[in-house]
Amino acid sequence: MKLIIAVVQPEKLTDVKQALSEAKVGKMTVSNVIGCGSQGGFTESYRGTFTEVNLLDKVRFEIAVNEDFVKPAVDAIIKGARSGKIGDGKIFIVPLEECIRVRTGETGTEAIG
Amino acid sequence: MKKKLIGTLIIMVGLFFVLNTMALAEEPVTQQVLDEVTGSLQVGIDTIWVLFAAFLVFFMNLGFGMVESGLCRAKNTVNILAKNFIVFAISSVAFWVIGWGLMFGDGNPFVGLQGIFCVGGADNSPAIGDAYQGVYSAINWTGVPLWAKFFFQLVFAGTAATIVSGVVAERIKFISFIIFSFILVGILYPITGHWIWGGGFLASLGMFDFAGSTVVHSVGGWAALAGVLILGARYGKYRKDGSINPIFGHSMSMATLGGFVLWLGWFGFNPGSTMGVGDGSAIAHVAVVTNTAAATAVLSSTIVSWMIQKKPDLSMIINGALAGLVAITAPCAFVSIGSAAVIGLIAGVLVVLAVMMFDRIKIDDPVGALSVHLVNGIWGTLAVGFFAVDGITGTATGNGLFFGGGFKLLGAQLVGIVAVGAFTLAASFVAWYIIKLILDMRVSRDEEILGLDLGEHGSKAYPDFQGFLTK
Repeated sequence: MKLIIAVVQPEKLTDVKQALSEAKVGKMTVSNVIGCGSQGGFTESYRGTFTEVNLLDKVRFEIAVNEDFVKPAVDAIIKGARSGKIGDGKIFIVPLEECIRVRTGETGTEAIG
Repeated sequence: MKKKLIGTLIIMVGLFFVLNTMALAEEPVTQQVLDEVTGSLQVGIDTIWVLFAAFLVFFMNLGFGMVESGLCRAKNTVNILAKNFIVFAISSVAFWVIGWGLMFGDGNPFVGLQGIFCVGGADNSPAIGDAYQGVYSAINWTGVPLWAKFFFQLVFAGTAATIVSGVVAERIKFISFIIFSFILVGILYPITGHWIWGGGFLASLGMFDFAGSTVVHSVGGWAALAGVLILGARYGKYRKDGSINPIFGHSMSMATLGGFVLWLGWFGFNPGSTMGVGDGSAIAHVAVVTNTAAATAVLSSTIVSWMIQKKPDLSMIINGALAGLVAITAPCAFVSIGSAAVIGLIAGVLVVLAVMMFDRIKIDDPVGALSVHLVNGIWGTLAVGFFAVDGITGTATGNGLFFGGGFKLLGAQLVGIVAVGAFTLAASFVAWYIIKLILDMRVSRDEEILGLDLGEHGSKAYPDFQGFLTK
């Protein structure tokens, strides 16, 4: 069992979700985050003063998957999020120790679904 | 009530002073002296009314800014507010420098030719009718000073310009909008305005537009339509498979409050167009007619939205009120309260259907301005031809179709709609196209995604808040 954490550009949210559903991955948690990487920030000006802003809006997916779904999910995320430009994002794969379904109490690979 | 008391008080005080001065000077109080006092008080009261109404119409700029920014995304809020704020400044200058003269100067049936620049023509307002001597004879029927007439007409011109802002929102370059607004208020709006209110050929034809369904609202609508046809839809609005992607507004609170502000402002727009208090009956009639149309339009737009969308959509409720108000703008002084209710009812239905129709033909109008101002501007102008009652508040319009007048009035209205539409659409198209060639009309794709606040203005509307995406 693995937890996939993907940070992507906000406007790619719909594309990534669509690609994941085509890969039969339908369960996820999405949050709005800010972050920085290689992508530069922007200059903001207010009443005569300028400032550099480099924490940009991003969208984070957290998806718990069984082993055989790791590659399809990652491929789907890349398909949806890649634009070729700096700032496309990063995917982290983290080992998942346990997963429990709240409604029934199932654990393990059945709980991930 | 308060106005009546103040008015009576003013007259009493005035008479008191006059009579006292008379007594001190040992001059008899003649009829002529009393007439002079009453006359100058009349001008005073009329001027207060015209200016107060103009201030209400100025206030509508607030309403437009709120409705537009509320119905668009947070990342474009600064840009939309900036457009709405600067467009009134542009209107003020353009209309003063050249607009007023082209619209109200004496000239030929198509444009004013005298007193064009800086409202500088000869004029002895507040003299009216035969006593008037000057070059703005088209507007010599109202007994207020020249600058009161000018300011009142100015805020109307400003309204037409701000309509365009909503339709082209979220993807137009700030500078392109600025340039076009100068052209619209300085040249296009005054020319068609001259045809109807400036003593031009449409007025001679017997076309009537009391407060501007055509002169203001549909002109703004046609100009906006020309713009959006060249500009195109927002990125991501229409998917590749042809389906429509709804782009949510970021603040329904803002949009609703803006709708109320516009409703209030319309009480200056419509009753103010009498440009005189008279005995009060006309302005009272127009005020109630205005409100009635807005009310029935809200109800019908809510019902239609409820039926089609399964749940009543607040933005459609608001658009309904605005549609009713636009639709009643032309007929407000020519129809009964009952007719106003019917006109509003139809306006509410039209606006909901129009919003959906424009999306279906891939014309992206973020705030529904085309459905409110263009479609209902046309409907309001036609409604005069259907519902007018000759002389109901004093103007001899002839009767509309439903009141025994036949097709004469309706025909004149139709000619007006077509003439103004053809000219404004074509001229705006040319103006927008030249702007596109020289300056580029649309922001880049990356900037549209980043948000025009940062792209055009380098600042955010809500820097403390993070944008929260849900789809």
